[in-house]
Amino acid sequence: MTAEKRAKFTIRNLDYSYAQGKMALKGVSLDIPANQITILFGPAGGGKTTLIRLLNRLNDRAHSTQMSGEILLDGQDIYAPGVDVVDLRRRVGTVFALPIPLPGTVYENVTYGPRMAGERDRERLAQIVERALRQAALWDEVKDRLGESSAELSGGQQQRLCIARALALDPEVILLDEPTSGLDPISAGRVEETLQQLSERITIIMSPSSIQQGARLADWAAFFLMGELVEFDRGSAVFARPRDRRTEDYVTGRFG
Amino acid sequence: MTETVWRYKVNPRITQKVGEAVIWLAGGLTLLILMLLVFYILWNGLPQVNWRFLSSSPMMMGREGGILPTIVGTVVLTLLAVVIATPFGVATAVYLVEYTRPSRITEMIRFGADALAGIPSIIYGLFGFVFFVIRLNLGWSILSGALTLAIMILPTIVRTSEEALRAVPDDFREVSLSLGASRWGMVTSVVLPAALPAVATGVVLGMGRCVGETAAVILTAGSSLRLPTGLDSPVRTMSVHFYILAREGISDRMAWGTGAVLVISILAINVLVNWLAVRLARRGARR
Repeated sequence: MTAEKRAKFTIRNLDYSYAQGKMALKGVSLDIPANQITILFGPAGGGKTTLIRLLNRLNDRAHSTQMSGEILLDGQDIYAPGVDVVDLRRRVGTVFALPIPLPGTVYENVTYGPRMAGERDRERLAQIVERALRQAALWDEVKDRLGESSAELSGGQQQRLCIARALALDPEVILLDEPTSGLDPISAGRVEETLQQLSERITIIMSPSSIQQGARLADWAAFFLMGELVEFDRGSAVFARPRDRRTEDYVTGRFG
Repeated sequence: MTETVWRYKVNPRITQKVGEAVIWLAGGLTLLILMLLVFYILWNGLPQVNWRFLSSSPMMMGREGGILPTIVGTVVLTLLAVVIATPFGVATAVYLVEYTRPSRITEMIRFGADALAGIPSIIYGLFGFVFFVIRLNLGWSILSGALTLAIMILPTIVRTSEEALRAVPDDFREVSLSLGASRWGMVTSVVLPAALPAVATGVVLGMGRCVGETAAVILTAGSSLRLPTGLDSPVRTMSVHFYILAREGISDRMAWGTGAVLVISILAINVLVNWLAVRLARRGARR
């Protein structure tokens, strides 16, 4: 990585396995640069989702897993004893593959995180809602429908609502696991634009729905194969002139 | 393998017809028995039921007069039992589902709940009598009765609430946690509201058992025919009244009347709760 880019996440020799004994991640070391889009890609079972879930400790809920190595956020070990997981998740937001609006209105969805953090002031909540929805490029479509059930939005709107919901906490990082997999191409395009705008201020780590999407968005790209990090470099390099034979095979569609 | 395979060649259309008939018969018979029962009770009981019957106290041990104190007794005892048992039951279910991983302790709690659910109610009555009435010196009272009934319905509420919580999609939990909710915040803001309609169903099942209970109530709440004045008053519920009137041959007529009111109240509770659950569920889906 070039010197002028600060690492947001630093991952060192990360091994991770689930209860069944299968290694999901093997010796992964990676510096994820701040305020850039980093694409994690590769065939299914490569460890992308696991890595994403480890970065904000959502995998803490899984039973009898084994982990070794380090994950540092701004130099701080997020798995050190005494780390406040709730605070970590406020700094590192998540958007899931399928839009999962919580039961409730659009407004209630966007304000969920701030309300859980204890924000009660109606005026400030209203400001948060507008800012988050604008950032997620959804404000114009739903500004008159804030009191409606989130279930009544279209799929694409719901996914942008989920992005807005994560943005409402003003996170430093957003993790997205195939965020456009359930969307039509037009909605997917809007989400991509949104992400590109956001990456000026927020670190974005994402597994794409397709290689093409990865290539479009990647400032940086990491290719994962069966739990191993094969190649990590600038997106333009990885997708256009991959150094590793396996990356080249995957990018050019020879397998996967 | 060239063994002879025996096949009974029955026309599939005939099996279909037979199957349909059997299923139809079973369903129809269930409904018929239920309707006969309810109809028979109402036929014998409803002629007794009028405003005076509902609003006045019994005279001559219940041979004449009304059943007001037993209605009050039933309502107070049932509500108090539910109010005591529901928080405990739901909290236990939350602990089992949200706060622990399957372990020997959760297995023991679950086994305990299942075992408790299978104990005959008169054993609860005996326990309530020995422990609440005598040991804690609460006497035959609303409090003794309600505490006993609360213990009796606790397993039902725990297990139905547990099922209700498990039915809440795990996605909701992940979303909630990923947005910086604590576990407690997640449970109160997302999981419990989503589980509420199903939890309510369990509570109503418990209510039904309380209203219909006789043995445990006689032993712990007594069978006084006076209107209760406080939690330490003994009361008689409708079920107990019905039992005593019929058993001691005081008045079959009055027993039928009481039975009719009892059946109607249980039907009413069921209808009310169904309506409530549907409304809650619809609101949950719309939100």
